[in-house]
Amino acid sequence: MAERLLAVRDLKVSFRTEDGIVRAVDGISFTVDEGEVVGIVGESGSGKSVTMMSVMRLITDPNVIYEGSIVYKGRDLMGVSRDAMREVRGEEIAMIFQDPMTSLNPVYTVGWQIEEQLNEHYDLKKGQARRRAIELLTQVGIPRPEQRIDDYPHQFSGGMRQRVMIALALSCNPDLLIADEPTTALDVTIQAQILELIKNLRREFGSAVVLITHDLGVVADIADRILVMYAGRIVEEGNKEQIFYDPQHPYTWGLLGSIARLDRPKARRLTAIAGQPPSLINRPQGCSFRPRCPQAFERCRAEDPQLTAKVGEGHLDACHLSVEDKRARRDATINPELAETA
Amino acid sequence: MATFIVRRVLWLIVVLFAISVLVFLIFFAIPGVDPARQMAGRNPTAETIRNIKHEFGLDRPLPVRYGLMMKHIFISRDLISYGSHTKVIPEILSAAPVTLSLVFGAAVIWIVFSILTGLAAAVFRGTIIDPLLMILALIGISIPVFWLGEVVNLITQSRLHHFFLFSWVPPLGYTPLTQDPVMWFEQLLLPWLTLSVLYIGFYARVLRANLIETESEDYVRTARAKGLSERRVLLRHTLRTSLITFVSLFGLDFGVLVGGGALLTEVVFGLPGVGLLTYNSLTSLDLPVIMTTVIYGAFFITLASALVDLVYAWLDPRVRPA
Repeated sequence: MAERLLAVRDLKVSFRTEDGIVRAVDGISFTVDEGEVVGIVGESGSGKSVTMMSVMRLITDPNVIYEGSIVYKGRDLMGVSRDAMREVRGEEIAMIFQDPMTSLNPVYTVGWQIEEQLNEHYDLKKGQARRRAIELLTQVGIPRPEQRIDDYPHQFSGGMRQRVMIALALSCNPDLLIADEPTTALDVTIQAQILELIKNLRREFGSAVVLITHDLGVVADIADRILVMYAGRIVEEGNKEQIFYDPQHPYTWGLLGSIARLDRPKARRLTAIAGQPPSLINRPQGCSFRPRCPQAFERCRAEDPQLTAKVGEGHLDACHLSVEDKRARRDATINPELAETA
Repeated sequence: MATFIVRRVLWLIVVLFAISVLVFLIFFAIPGVDPARQMAGRNPTAETIRNIKHEFGLDRPLPVRYGLMMKHIFISRDLISYGSHTKVIPEILSAAPVTLSLVFGAAVIWIVFSILTGLAAAVFRGTIIDPLLMILALIGISIPVFWLGEVVNLITQSRLHHFFLFSWVPPLGYTPLTQDPVMWFEQLLLPWLTLSVLYIGFYARVLRANLIETESEDYVRTARAKGLSERRVLLRHTLRTSLITFVSLFGLDFGVLVGGGALLTEVVFGLPGVGLLTYNSLTSLDLPVIMTTVIYGAFFITLASALVDLVYAWLDPRVRPA
């Protein structure tokens, strides 16, 4: 059994603003085991990135308020000093960001930027850092790394830059790699390459990966476990099979229904989830998804559903519908044409 | 790199030529301005004016007169001032070190202090220190340099000169660095500070705004995610990229000041620099001096902008020629 690497418990992240307190993350708990790949899925503003930025304590907004605990290898990161946190960043937990075009400093060579991180965390002799940087660039599939190491970020394409970012993130063999929408800014063929790369490197480096995305298709291949987030909360959690073959929450159905799939009988209009995510300042009473949920009924307005296991071990969801109702109704959202023919 | 320098030098020549032609035309081709009349003193006879015109070649066609003037500036270097009848080139050459001393010293002070102030304001954003520094900067920008200079003189030269804090201040004037370095420094220290106040305020505000803007860039977040110290993130990542605007401003201001823009400071502190020379020649329509000081000023401004481009390329690899 793999060791527990990260345990987030009842994390709440809010921001004080002029209009009131924005509850970006509203009490979420999850764990990541060593070597595990966890996908966090949800639309923009659902709190995915804020959650993982909190783990790194990278939110610099002075108006942020944290509650709850983030235990990494038995140590609560909320309580450690700034200096101790710096040692965790980059060396223990590394992060890849969404936009490779802006995530690298334009005025330094990529080699310099990788070496900077290595020198920060290790006592390296002259030349060692450079050799290691070349090695890393080779591992992430940059051709002619000996020459490219002295190039500046603007001399690389988007996909290549994301490879450089991955090399940077992996440079100190982190135990946990957080990838925040690593493929969103890239075109589809490059997306596939980058995901393949992350998959292979995970095997090679043995890091656990938390993959943040708004695209269930991205995590389908790579994630062991999937968390679906909506409005700052986890609405469904389960392993890959459970989420894809037995989805419990109507929001997950909506996400599944909005993926273009090649294994469908015929092309159709993709279903979209109607409406907008709720205000994080004035959350609707009851279930946050109720205003957009076609399945909503009386109880959804009155009572906030809790995340509980109803259908099996490790498969949690926050919905008042009975399991039978869900199974009967979900195909109308996920596979409308299958539902029609049935 | 070599092509860049060659291109810049050619450009410099073109600019200087264009400026000299323009200035020449402004003073000679515009009706109502007659240098001969200026030189002839009060109520001259037509005879005197004619003589002066002939003596200074003013009765020849415009292009010839332009050519003659350029020849006297650049080749024989013996252009004679209409006003004082002395040679212009040595006059400029003796004024240039004064202005250069003044501007270089002030530039060092304003770079150091504006970076410190800008950094401090950006780092202490959200505390009382930031608005306090920015108000100080605004005051610095708003104080006219001639007023500040006069107040400084009033304090250090007359009212409080015998107070122990200011008793070291020498009389106004300029002593060449080669002659007496200590005196050079002492006489220039107050002019440096006075001249730099405006620029410290201005540059500190610009830098603070740039730092705050850069702070929200993704690569600064990446730098933090790498586990770098706040100090390193600030100096190596945020400040480094924020300096690009700073440098372009500096190049222009520096060129303008060296080219004669420090006139007010020179007048207030009695420094016989290029600004003062230009000012005097303008009031007496002393064309040879105007011509030479304008070319001198244009030379430094163009040179400064070429240097800015070089520093730019060093600071920002994206603008480097491939």
